[in-house]
Amino acid sequence: MKLPPGVTSKDFADALKQLEGAVGKSWVFSSDEDVALYRDAYSPFWGEPEERVASAAVAPDGVEQVQKVVKIANTYKIPIYPISTGKNLGYGGSAPNLSGSLVLDLKRMNRILDVNPRNHSALVEPGVSYFDLYRYIQEKGYKLWIDVPDPGWGSPIGNSLDHGGGYLQPMYRNHFDSHCGMEVVLPNGELLRTGMGALPDAQTWQQYKFGFGPWIDGMFSQSNLGVVTKMGFWLMPEPDAYLTGTVTVPKYGDLIPLVDILTFLENSGVSNAMPGLGSPLLGGFMMPPPAPEVTALLQKTGGDISSPDLQKYAQDKSVPYWSCTVKFYGPVKGIQAHWEYAKEKFSAIPGAKFQDGEFYKLPLTPEQFKQVHKPEFGIPSLETFSIGARSAINPNPSAGHIWFSPIIPRTGEAVLEANKVFSKAAKDFGLPVLSFSLPSTYWMRAFIFIFGFPITHDVATNKKNRESFKKLIQIAAEHGWGEYRTAPAFQDAVMETYSFNNHALRRFHETIKDAVDPNGIISAGRYGIWPKHLRGTKA
Amino acid sequence: MSKLVAILLAALASQAYAADDAVIAKGKQVYEYWCVACHGPELPGTMALEAKYKGSKPALLAERTDLLPPITKTFVRKGVSVMPFFRKTEISDADLDAIAAYLARNTSAK
Repeated sequence: MKLPPGVTSKDFADALKQLEGAVGKSWVFSSDEDVALYRDAYSPFWGEPEERVASAAVAPDGVEQVQKVVKIANTYKIPIYPISTGKNLGYGGSAPNLSGSLVLDLKRMNRILDVNPRNHSALVEPGVSYFDLYRYIQEKGYKLWIDVPDPGWGSPIGNSLDHGGGYLQPMYRNHFDSHCGMEVVLPNGELLRTGMGALPDAQTWQQYKFGFGPWIDGMFSQSNLGVVTKMGFWLMPEPDAYLTGTVTVPKYGDLIPLVDILTFLENSGVSNAMPGLGSPLLGGFMMPPPAPEVTALLQKTGGDISSPDLQKYAQDKSVPYWSCTVKFYGPVKGIQAHWEYAKEKFSAIPGAKFQDGEFYKLPLTPEQFKQVHKPEFGIPSLETFSIGARSAINPNPSAGHIWFSPIIPRTGEAVLEANKVFSKAAKDFGLPVLSFSLPSTYWMRAFIFIFGFPITHDVATNKKNRESFKKLIQIAAEHGWGEYRTAPAFQDAVMETYSFNNHALRRFHETIKDAVDPNGIISAGRYGIWPKHLRGTKA
Repeated sequence: MSKLVAILLAALASQAYAADDAVIAKGKQVYEYWCVACHGPELPGTMALEAKYKGSKPALLAERTDLLPPITKTFVRKGVSVMPFFRKTEISDADLDAIAAYLARNTSAK
């Protein structure tokens, strides 16, 4: 058994006894076989001495038991690492930042405490998965949609605390933005409720976020200042219908007005479902592959997507350079009018052409249910794993993946520049990433690129990929592009790039950490925030 | 001697997955809760097994006739490819026994 750093084997054994008394013997896991289940299945350090592994795990089934665990951890100065459903794969899974931490497994706290079908909200515990909440809503017959990330086995609480995103209307798509009220066990074991939850008789905990005074909810996201034990979320009323339409534009430079018009439509609330950018000419993710002539031209120019030859080919063959699929939820007449309005706006680009897309009156029929991208209809799914799993086109699958995911400006210019920068980096490092990519549109005001790095069980390959990953973080930062989220292996490196005014932000985090968690017991090192006694030794 | 060993192993194997109907029914329920999202028809786990076995075995786990309980338990606790392992707070040992019994319900000793 690995011991928590600085804790004697006798103290740890005593602590485990006390933990057994707090939660029951069967919910303290300390055998090698059981603790191995808390490894990060997608660890970029898999099998290496640096792999972050737990010493043991404890699984309380309620808030009072969490408070007892936190107090025991304080007594023995044992670092604990809360997880919700433990399915944050690609961003750390269920393993701690600091090896030897005791994982606080909240999966047993899986109660759906309230769903309000009249004001469209939910209150849940951390062990509730998106699948659980969906099933509950279906069983009750409520006309409510939950905004789910692509893998639906995660926790609404865990995903939102890690700043995950989904596919519905913008106000729900950013999962932390769509939360309303939380309950937190603080590092000293005290219980805190935020927003209206601080007012004992309030009936509005899931209705008004801010309560009174400073709004501190953000301090518990991507953070280590407490254990979130309840959280409220706003849900989307099931719309009447769903409509998509695609605009294509002919020229390389058309991406710039295309993005500007899309941004106007989204920020105005006209396009209210997650849009998608594509390139009929260049292919790429979720697009048909490019013509052989295009592939040949790209090879000839070293992947230059702006080469005159390529632009001439696109013009001669009338193959659009770019496409944008805009999507709408709402009443039938309303979304049809919004699509007509969008076409008017996009018509400002010479040569723009339009294609009507999907149209569904909701709820979906069973046949439609099978065909659609489920998260866009509030339906949790694991279908996204078809990307990495073994298949006819991927006969030798990897052992997982991690994500490199920088935020870039929401302009066509930035997309083109980022492609040049990341394409060059991919070539320089021999990376298995696409030489051309378009960003995802999860967030209202910014773009995000999401590049997958395969995880293998080959030490040399993982080492090479880790080095490339760190270089990419640095290259991105040099252009003003920062990661929105990353696996524990890279959290120090990313936090290092958020360095304005001699790391004023990190120093502020550390000041709060020292005040709130003086023993540094909660999630040491998470998002690059270390307790005082470990600071400087880990980063 | 080897024949005797084979008979004993077959007897042990037979005991291992000769679960009663209640356990199999529980296993089906737990399987549908945890596994079908990937191992249902045309889903990633099924597609992966289709690519692996190319028709020599059913791609749907629920249709397999060769899954002894230890095989199922190993995959759930060790994972494979992009499928991670599952903790005991997710799938308890008792639930895993039930899943394994359900998937072994059509497996006969050979």
